[in-house]
Amino acid sequence: MNENNVKTILLAGVGGQGTILVSRILTHALMAAGYDVKMSEIHGMAQRGGSVSTTVRYGPKVYSPLIGKGGADILVAFEEMEAVRWTDWLKPQGLAVVNDYRIRPLPVASGAAQYPDNCISELEGAFRTVVVRAGEEAIRLGNPRVMNVILLGALVQAFGMDAFDWEGALEAQVPPKFLDINRQAFERGRQLAQEGPGSED
Amino acid sequence: MKQFLSGNEAVARGLFEAGVRVGSAYPGTPSTEIFENLHPYESIYHEWAPNEKVAVEVAYGASIAGVRAVAAMKHVGLNVAADPLFTAAYNGVGRGFVIVSADDPGMHSSQNEQDNRHYARAAKIPMFEPADSQDSLDMIREAFEVSERYDLPVLFRMTTRVCHARSLVETGEPVTPEPLPYKRNAKKHIATPANAIVHRAELEEKLEQLASYSETCPFNKMDMKGGKVGVVTAGGASLIAREVFPEDTSFLTLGFTHPLPLDLIRRFAEQVETLYVVEELDPYMEDQMRAAGIDCIGKQIVPRMYELNPTILKEALTGEVPELKEVACQAVPRPPVLCPGCPHRGFFYTLSRRKNTIVTGDIGCYALGGSPPLSAMDTTVCMGAGFTIAMGMAKAFEATGEEKTIFGVVGDSTFFHSGLTGAVEILYNKGKVIPVVLDNSTTAMTGQQDNPGTGYNLEGEIAQAISIEGIFRALGYRKVITVDPQDLDAMKAAIEEAAACQESCAMVVRRQCVLIKRLPLAPARCYVDRELCTSCRICLRVGCPAIFFVDGKSMIDPNQCVGCTVCLQTCPFDAIKKEE
Repeated sequence: MNENNVKTILLAGVGGQGTILVSRILTHALMAAGYDVKMSEIHGMAQRGGSVSTTVRYGPKVYSPLIGKGGADILVAFEEMEAVRWTDWLKPQGLAVVNDYRIRPLPVASGAAQYPDNCISELEGAFRTVVVRAGEEAIRLGNPRVMNVILLGALVQAFGMDAFDWEGALEAQVPPKFLDINRQAFERGRQLAQEGPGSED
Repeated sequence: MKQFLSGNEAVARGLFEAGVRVGSAYPGTPSTEIFENLHPYESIYHEWAPNEKVAVEVAYGASIAGVRAVAAMKHVGLNVAADPLFTAAYNGVGRGFVIVSADDPGMHSSQNEQDNRHYARAAKIPMFEPADSQDSLDMIREAFEVSERYDLPVLFRMTTRVCHARSLVETGEPVTPEPLPYKRNAKKHIATPANAIVHRAELEEKLEQLASYSETCPFNKMDMKGGKVGVVTAGGASLIAREVFPEDTSFLTLGFTHPLPLDLIRRFAEQVETLYVVEELDPYMEDQMRAAGIDCIGKQIVPRMYELNPTILKEALTGEVPELKEVACQAVPRPPVLCPGCPHRGFFYTLSRRKNTIVTGDIGCYALGGSPPLSAMDTTVCMGAGFTIAMGMAKAFEATGEEKTIFGVVGDSTFFHSGLTGAVEILYNKGKVIPVVLDNSTTAMTGQQDNPGTGYNLEGEIAQAISIEGIFRALGYRKVITVDPQDLDAMKAAIEEAAACQESCAMVVRRQCVLIKRLPLAPARCYVDRELCTSCRICLRVGCPAIFFVDGKSMIDPNQCVGCTVCLQTCPFDAIKKEE
């Protein structure tokens, strides 16, 4: 099999959470470092508040842009329950970076189903897990939308990707008027992954 | 310089490099971004057509007139455009003419997963199947060369993961083919039986020449690594096969797949002990290989349904299932929903409360009106069927004596796409159907493209806004009711007025999509007065993702609410208020 030197990051969230921007920042930095990169994103119907995922794969040579179950080295979940939805895609020894944040799907909002209470504890029991309170932190920084880049910062810290040119990638992918707050969000994410619970290993 | 492009962006760049001058398309996931990325290239006139048949005909006309031309669509769009396609194959082209079909294995955003490779065989035209973005650029350039060399339209078949996956692309220098001077050529371009009979035989000759081209086409590549295992594969599936098979596997990777290079495949097969054929969806290559007497292992192990991925292919080959960790926690489904403030909500909420009502829907965001808790839809089939399935049901109920009020529903873009003929049918053949156009002034599901009703064209320039009410009136509908769905009382009154109407009656339900970017939205929010909330849950019936039931009361998420007030209007206790 040829997948040996290829790493796969799976970003999962809810339509509108900004998974695609994070994937673009990631791919920019990885390409600048000389990797072959493939990224796969989903458009269309799922974007209407549905479950969305983006795959980023990098290595000396990447063939397939997508993976199947058990194919991801890292799962970055922008929402608690989305983490659970995608755990089958994560390798048993994989890393989970999870946003401590809930978006209730319609069946839960209407009372037809219960939001599971144990998403994060179950993840922590099964995988090396970094929990980030990106929702709260984004509001503290002054813009709830930068939750996504806080998670990127946490991923970079937790997966030891600090050697890449993140400043250059942010500059290239984020519109200038949002650059400052996204820089702060990125740094905050790194700090959170360093100090936060669950990052002890 | 290498660029990181999606397959769609690479096709757009390739169209520029190929010197294309005219393009016509109808938006449809996963093909939409091809035309959205033509903007930088001033040399290409490009437009959204009302539908795919129009797009293919416009592009074909441009080709006949002497410039390179392209039409693009999603897979089901090619069904709409099949009529001109088959005859264009008989008549041949002027300058190069390429039709891009983007298939959707796995049905991420589609109503079926038809395999459009069969169209190339059925229409007898050449076909390319790119695997990644570099292929997309290189092959679309070659597709125009092939079109001109063999005097045929070319099918360019992509799939979701080719369109929407990004990879590194080396771009090239554009060519500028001279326009062919136009000269009337009746024998070639007038498809009467006398001419068609001649073209029919010519087409067979062209196919034979193309079969030779296929044998030596630079996009059909043999990569010998050993004599044990060989894989014949094509398109996006080839990357998955490359990833899964061991290093010592030999590959025959095909980028030009109609006609298939059967001699090349046979030579490859003779050099390996075991031959696999790995393709997504139907056994398109496998069936032809078997018919040519080439034994292979294909669909007996590789699934013929849904999107292929490395895990699935590995399990098919080796029986190995990936080792997974279990978590004792079940994710609740998160289906797509109508956005907060979506204008369709008021219409479907009102119909969801109405008895003895049939609602035949169509393709677009409003198909979500069929999902719980609204559940206000009986059918969704294809573009335009909202009106005409309703017509058939009306005639059946006339026959059986069943009393139903039938609303046939299409969106504004869909109305121009293929609703017009249905509106004529209802009137002409006296259908007891109320045709309804849900006009949100955009093609919303595919990402807010303009259409003939919006007053803008693909380039964002002012265009003639075609009046939907004007069309209904011109056809002869006696009553045309226009209503704002956000006013629930008015919405209900309009529906009852239409239902009671003894004459022909059509409805235009109009409010703009909340996602249209050029519309500044005044910030406004609703909130629940928890003192007044009686926990009746009536507001939950509107199916708004901003409303939650928390601690025994309703609550509105201020980050999601846009203040449309539909929930407020349903609350019998005035417990929902709007912020001043």
